[in-house]
Amino acid sequence: MDIKLETVNAQKSIAYVNGEIDAFTAPKLREQLNNIKLTESIQIELDFHDVVYMDSTGLGVIVAFYKNVISAGGDVKLIGLSPRLYRLFNITGLSDIMNIEEEGKATTNHEGI
Amino acid sequence: MKEFDYFEMRIPAKPQYVGVVRLTISGLANRIGFSYDDIEDLKIASSEAITNAIQHAYEEDDDGEVVVGCALYKEKIEIMVADYGYSFDFKEVKKRVGPYHEEEDVQFIREGGLGLYLIETLMDEVKVLNDNGVTVLMTKYVAREQVTDNVEKITL
Repeated sequence: MDIKLETVNAQKSIAYVNGEIDAFTAPKLREQLNNIKLTESIQIELDFHDVVYMDSTGLGVIVAFYKNVISAGGDVKLIGLSPRLYRLFNITGLSDIMNIEEEGKATTNHEGI
Repeated sequence: MKEFDYFEMRIPAKPQYVGVVRLTISGLANRIGFSYDDIEDLKIASSEAITNAIQHAYEEDDDGEVVVGCALYKEKIEIMVADYGYSFDFKEVKKRVGPYHEEEDVQFIREGGLGLYLIETLMDEVKVLNDNGVTVLMTKYVAREQVTDNVEKITL
């Protein structure tokens, strides 16, 4: 698991997460997300394009981060989720609460015939 | 012929080994023909159970161990995860696991939280034994038809 932080401007940052998020790596993710300086009206995008595995340990970290940003007055958007990853947010009901964008649904339809 | 092929892993109760067991289970599931999506479900469910067990085992003892047993049948996989570090007689423990009851297994439910919910959602059957430690037995069937007895069959 690794995370790269890109500061787009004073109001917007993108965090590119990659690898596996599980009991071992989730604490590292939490630590690195906590390094993001939260300001009022900050817009943070978490990019999940390169996340190949995630379970409830990762969900826990994302939810905590989400709460922190919202309570600071900012906003979080989750982008680039694979259908598998999106499903995880969906079955746990988190997709109803959070702003989540599934990876290019219209263009990358590899599944089915 | 034996009813199933049995694998057992005894691992230190440390989070860095969850991924190793996950990879192994993914390989075993592949051997009996699970689909890509079902293997992904198995990876999450088993990781949730192992993560819970590791947290329990570690609370008890810094050198705690967790045992993961996998029984491979032709049409299903049974995964047993125990938060006490000694091997078990798979068939014997299997007789003793049962459905869990929220009132009785409060601690297990609370600590399991979202993880337990995911196990229930992603596996076909989940049973628990709460006796000198927690044992979780979860089953997933290769072909969906086998678990949908009450669903109308499609005739081709």
